[in-house]
Amino acid sequence: MRRTEFRALNLRALWQGLLRRDGDKGDRIVPPTGYTAQLTLFSAGAMAFLAVFALALALATGRLADRWSSQLAQSVTVRVSAPASEQQARAQAVVQILQATPGAGTPRLLSNEAVAELLAPWFGPDMPVDALPVPALIDLPITGAEFDAEGLRLRLEAEAPGAVLDDHTEWRRPLVSAANRLRVLGVISLLLIVAASASMITLAAKAALAANGQVIRVLRLIGARDITIATAFVRRFTQRAAIGAGVGTLIGMGAVALLPGMDAAGGFLTGLGFQGWGWLLPLLIPIVAAAVGFFATRWAALNMLEAVR
Amino acid sequence: MIQMEDVGFGYHGGAELLSNMTLSLQPGMFHFLTGPSGSGKTTLLRLCYADLLPTSGRMSVFGQDLRGLGRDDIAMLRRRVGVVHQDTQFLDHLPVAENVALPLNVSGQGVDMDALRDLLGWVQLSQQARALPPSLSGGERQRAALARAVILSPDLVLADEPTGNLDWEMSMRLMQLLIELNKSGKTVLVATHDLNLIRAAKAQVAARVLRIAGGALHLAGADL
Repeated sequence: MRRTEFRALNLRALWQGLLRRDGDKGDRIVPPTGYTAQLTLFSAGAMAFLAVFALALALATGRLADRWSSQLAQSVTVRVSAPASEQQARAQAVVQILQATPGAGTPRLLSNEAVAELLAPWFGPDMPVDALPVPALIDLPITGAEFDAEGLRLRLEAEAPGAVLDDHTEWRRPLVSAANRLRVLGVISLLLIVAASASMITLAAKAALAANGQVIRVLRLIGARDITIATAFVRRFTQRAAIGAGVGTLIGMGAVALLPGMDAAGGFLTGLGFQGWGWLLPLLIPIVAAAVGFFATRWAALNMLEAVR
Repeated sequence: MIQMEDVGFGYHGGAELLSNMTLSLQPGMFHFLTGPSGSGKTTLLRLCYADLLPTSGRMSVFGQDLRGLGRDDIAMLRRRVGVVHQDTQFLDHLPVAENVALPLNVSGQGVDMDALRDLLGWVQLSQQARALPPSLSGGERQRAALARAVILSPDLVLADEPTGNLDWEMSMRLMQLLIELNKSGKTVLVATHDLNLIRAAKAQVAARVLRIAGGALHLAGADL
């Protein structure tokens, strides 16, 4: 595309493309087309439908990563291993150290019942905790930004041998990493959908232009500028992309709304969907689709017109 | 208006169909371009509205060198040159009136419906205004093409074998319209192989006859 023509790609033309009726004066120079119109509408609708789900996935995985990060980072666990006769005393000593730790809340030494409940999924509900060398567990909530996990770890090593601080980093890192990768996949899916939509609209526009070669030839002969001819095609494809994507987006949003609720689904699917202002984001899809239709068609049209003198 | 200096042209880099042509088209004159079929009449006309570019020599239209024209410049030039094509070239999905008004539409000018009605009346197509081009007869198509060619009030009107498929009566009707245009001040260049038509027209208008043969252009003698 030449530089002068690129300058003509303005928002006003895009806006007119969206608002002017199909069959307006400028549009009538291009004969009505049947199947390419239907194909463009269907393609834009299908892509918008998929884009809604890709967007929902990207948003949900983002929330998941944030939730895992924040929930696990709100507390640490201290594990105290010692001979059975000394374990209670050492645990109390550690509790005293933790109480004096800046940024930490009130430590809670887990009772034998609480430990048994934690181990139940692996050993069953009837396991005698007392008979096993299970370490004492202390749950310590983090209440301030001045909490220094590394400093506490060093202090425990020095003052309470056998006490190990677990800030859940080993658990948290792969979970957050997995969630972030899923978010990236969602964004990549969106980009691929945009690229595929642009390709399909370009192909449909080229087919329409090729089918109207004689019309284009006549228009050039009577003094039509390239931009005038291109605009007649661009307006149609912009409208079709926007309308198709609008319908696809609404259906996609309806389908997302009908997914099982957060409480019912649980597990990985928890929160797949939109929340609050997030419901407004899919409404950008028809606008993006219109822009894709506008630029793809104009690029195809101006390139093709170069072949007609 | 049109200046050609030693202009040559050959299709696809092949042998020159036209060679060393020198021509100056005078404003306000009626010109005939004649010669046998395949002699290059249509090619010469296509050069005049920048549908082709000379392969040698220098050619200017309205003082603009054709070689220096961009695509938008060519579009602007064509708005000053009304062309009646041999195969008329309509948009078959639009009615005659809209086809005739098409140059106004694509150049962004509003359509004056009264002026359009007058123009259709002038070419005697008022009854066919809403008809689609495929339903028109050969003569009606040529008159519609003439109406479209002059709707932007061009300085120059070119007609490529406009009477090629018409009977004598219809040919003379069309020729009358072209003569009227010339008398209103337009420069007219008509390509035709029909010498009888040229003789009949010369009885009504002072016309300059150019003969093209063997790739060269000559001023025809008094026999025409």
